[in-house]
Amino acid sequence: MLTTQWLYALSGCLLLALGLRSALLHPALLQRILAINVMGSGVFMLLIAIAYRGPGMPPDPIPHALVLTGIVVAVSATALALALARRLTREQPHD
Amino acid sequence: MNATMLLIFDALLLASIIGLAWAALASADARRSVILFIAFGLLLAVAWGRLLAPDVALAEAAIGAGLTGALLLAALQWQPRKTADTTNSEQPTHTLLETGFRWLVTLLCAALAGMLAWSLTQIDAGTAKDALANAVAANIDASGVSNPVTAVLLNFRAYDTLLELAVLLTAVLGIFALGPAQAGYRIAGPVFTSLTRWLTPLLILTAGYLLWVGAHAPGGAFQAGATLAAAGVVLRLAGRDQIGLPRGNALRIALGAGVGMFLLVGLALFALGRPFLGYPPAWAGALILLIETAAMLAIAATLVSAFIGGQPTEEKTRC
Repeated sequence: MLTTQWLYALSGCLLLALGLRSALLHPALLQRILAINVMGSGVFMLLIAIAYRGPGMPPDPIPHALVLTGIVVAVSATALALALARRLTREQPHD
Repeated sequence: MNATMLLIFDALLLASIIGLAWAALASADARRSVILFIAFGLLLAVAWGRLLAPDVALAEAAIGAGLTGALLLAALQWQPRKTADTTNSEQPTHTLLETGFRWLVTLLCAALAGMLAWSLTQIDAGTAKDALANAVAANIDASGVSNPVTAVLLNFRAYDTLLELAVLLTAVLGIFALGPAQAGYRIAGPVFTSLTRWLTPLLILTAGYLLWVGAHAPGGAFQAGATLAAAGVVLRLAGRDQIGLPRGNALRIALGAGVGMFLLVGLALFALGRPFLGYPPAWAGALILLIETAAMLAIAATLVSAFIGGQPTEEKTRC
């Protein structure tokens, strides 16, 4: 792989791990939802890095299509998660 | 020389991205986390542009940073207030067992990243890496469009996109099931109101352009749908609860339009003796545009409904 690919792919791995750790450990619900989004972004970065073929070369369109789909699914999942979290907050007794 | 400059740019960009992600997730203050996360999304769009993925960069800027940002900022309304006070004292106190557990999770996550990185070294060993890209390039002329990403999404892997639209529909049904919409905002002042008069038609026009241009250049139904949804978000923020979204059955039709049109085209082709969603090459361009138009409307309606956070209520007095 090219140096650029490596840089971005390794950053993708790092984002995935960073997001996973916070999704498991962060006490607040909102930050956990953000953490899952960061995990997704890590996966997207990995895929886009794999699709890259160097300057001036056409990249592989299939990972791009996968990521495009992924971004839209991620936003709908985030919206659903936020709606669930809102309902959860409403149900909890105020202190 | 040029390559070194690019390398420095890459390093700075990635350091900023990772730093922002870290800062967003380390903070206990919800508002701070959300704003850092939006900045993170915008820098990701720059990274996608750098890696020659303009379709993804457009989608990330419009959806990943834009609409997700709007959703998250709206979510700050109902955040429990107490989290804001705990900014300084990061975590209260942990027992020895808890600290050990946190380290274990951190180590396992790091191990996962390491294993993933190792598996990347094995990619070059695989031979068929470009087989699919070559197959796309070989068949692009029969796909009805010349943008390879649109060809993959709407023709070669149309089935996946159909199911993706079904996921969107499921998500919005879930949101509707969870309760009423969030309260609207008050009517904006004259400056913002006149800004929306410019912004809304411009966003609708941009959406139409992105939809049309997606056939041969970066763009397509997703980016167009997100831009159209942005028009709805702007109207909502200006205090107009009507936001151009239909009510009742019309809304149901709009939400189901993407899946519905996909199925209609697929079944019609089936009836004509072709495979499900196997477009005849002469008709492919027109059929893709038809499906994309319906998908754009469905995506926009879905995202605006998600932003409102529930089924829009019947309009009472405002116009």
